[in-house]
Amino acid sequence: MAGKIIIDSERCKGCTLCVTVCPNNVITISEKSNSKGYFPAVSTGPNCTGCANCAIVCPDCAIEVYRDKAAADIKTIGPAKKNEINNLVRESK
Amino acid sequence: MMQKVFTRPKTLKDCPTHYCPGCGHGIAHRLVAEVIDELGIHGKTIGIAPVGCAVLAYDYLDVDMVEVAHGRAPAVATGMKRTNPDKIVFSYQGDGDLAAIGTAEIIHAAHRAEQLTIVFINNAVFGMTGGQMAPTTMLGQITATTPQGRQADGQGYPLNVSELLAVLPGAIYVERCGLCSPAHIRKAKAALKHAFELQINNAKGLGLVELISPCPTYWRMTPPDAMLHIQNEMTKVFPLGKLKG
Amino acid sequence: MCGNEAMAEAAIQAGLDAYFGYPITPQNEVTAYMSQRMAEEKRVFVQSESELAAINMVFGAAATGKRAMTSSSSPGISLMQEGISYLAGAELPCVIVNVMRGGPGLGNIAPSQGDYFQSVKGGGHGDYHCIVFGPSSVQEFADIMPLAFDLADKYRIPAIILADGILGQMMEPVVIPTNSKLNTQKLKLPKKDWALTGAEGRKQNIVRSLWLADGAVEQHNYDLQAKYRQIEKNETRCEQTDVDDADIIIVAYGICARIAKHAVQQAREQGIKVGCIRPITLWPFPIEAISKAADKSPIFLVVEMSCGQMLEDVRLAVAGKTPVVFWGRPGGGIVTVEKILEKIQGLVTNPKKK
Repeated sequence: MAGKIIIDSERCKGCTLCVTVCPNNVITISEKSNSKGYFPAVSTGPNCTGCANCAIVCPDCAIEVYRDKAAADIKTIGPAKKNEINNLVRESK
Repeated sequence: MMQKVFTRPKTLKDCPTHYCPGCGHGIAHRLVAEVIDELGIHGKTIGIAPVGCAVLAYDYLDVDMVEVAHGRAPAVATGMKRTNPDKIVFSYQGDGDLAAIGTAEIIHAAHRAEQLTIVFINNAVFGMTGGQMAPTTMLGQITATTPQGRQADGQGYPLNVSELLAVLPGAIYVERCGLCSPAHIRKAKAALKHAFELQINNAKGLGLVELISPCPTYWRMTPPDAMLHIQNEMTKVFPLGKLKG
Repeated sequence: MCGNEAMAEAAIQAGLDAYFGYPITPQNEVTAYMSQRMAEEKRVFVQSESELAAINMVFGAAATGKRAMTSSSSPGISLMQEGISYLAGAELPCVIVNVMRGGPGLGNIAPSQGDYFQSVKGGGHGDYHCIVFGPSSVQEFADIMPLAFDLADKYRIPAIILADGILGQMMEPVVIPTNSKLNTQKLKLPKKDWALTGAEGRKQNIVRSLWLADGAVEQHNYDLQAKYRQIEKNETRCEQTDVDDADIIIVAYGICARIAKHAVQQAREQGIKVGCIRPITLWPFPIEAISKAADKSPIFLVVEMSCGQMLEDVRLAVAGKTPVVFWGRPGGGIVTVEKILEKIQGLVTNPKKK
């Protein structure tokens, strides 16, 4: 996977915004509540690209996002290199 | 080799907030904190917390802050900025604070071209006091004081603050954004950053960013539906975009 | 100089950083004078859009540790009550000048003393006090101004100066203490490390008056009360004239005291033993001085340009030991030496029983 998220399940209020904005359906809602009674979001892992949509929309700053270094540098790279990396990412899945 | 690409900004305190699940304040606070960090102004920023759900903003934003009477923030900000021109002064106000009780203060601060940054959270309702009608409540919207839905006849139309202020020469930057999708939130951050940069660069006038913000609790919607409501319905009444500057 | 301008100049000499105000008769000389002099001194002057805005601009400047003031007259001061309560609750120092006029409502522009309750008993909500001064000459205005700023800073409390239309407008020779801020520095007032100056290199400062935790505001009130007891102990000021052998003691402040003292003088010339207690601080009120004077059982004659407001504090201080009578004129009516003398003579021939 090119990306990874860590969700603070005690900080999460189960608003499900992250679930709806994830392009790869990486996030679901846990069936176990946290100590505050909220049902927090959980990451199912492998398809995460580290796009950070979830973290951007999270009102509680409960998500940290990690991305593969090569993919993380992508916005400073030109289109040809971008294609090369996208191919690499696809192949690694 | 994984690199962290998103983390809590330093100026946003690492603590739980009292905001409802899906509330836009959480997002707005974080954007303000990110901007303060990225512009390196943490040490010289003074913020003003409103009366409203965000009255405890100083518990979340780790800068010098003052809590003021309802609606008076632009006047307090004027007093602060005029006597401390080297500091970055911003107010963070809701629609009751800015568009109801505080209309005179915001208009005159803009009119005098006070060098301030105003973060205006418009969620079309008075949250803290139990969901009453705000000046920005939409026609037909059911609230605690409009049980039949807001009627133009008797309650007036929703107030377009940004359009009102953009007319004033002293308001040099006015933009309306939505906290309703990752893309919109990114744009909102850019707008906030611009508003703070204007003050840093000593621009001669007031910058205001209006953020249409979800209130799932009093709109009686799920947080995702609240965001869709902004995108699909509220932008018809409160068009997004740069009105000035 | 007229009283209004003397006050303004004295404030500037006391290191005023910012003046915020809105025009209202009879204190417009202050705003006009400030607009000119503050610009000359390269300090801050803003004509605000309302008195409501003015007091909040003062709040802002004070929260950053600056010396700020505003001035207004009765109806405008009513608008400021919310701000004053917030200033008191957040413990911010500042100076507020009220050049009183006839009321209630729009009233008139004639001088009055009808805002005593509003200032001394707290016209805003909650249990709080401001230090309240009642100067009675242009010179006293000038002398009290630096004191007001110093005490406001020392105790973190708003200071109100009660003037009236006569004192504000009257022209008298005056010596303004220049650069009185230098004296302030000698006083070693506490540092304003609570002020909002940007959190560079330190924890954030928060200026607030809201605490939601159970018992927090209750405790805050006890802390404020402890502060008020300190101020009562240390800062009560009054002037006593010919009180020791007096059968009749006039209690008056501001312009009334000035006028009453002439009546006292004339009464003495007629052989009537009259004295005068003139509170200079209306809060803290000179309870002890009045109570002590009451031990000798004089009759107290309270003279105010109102329907009797300070009268109640005199009654409280006298605590029933001896009669307290009142004469005054509300709504812009001005007391005269002749009328006061008449009242004094009336008390001699018909001493009032309790």
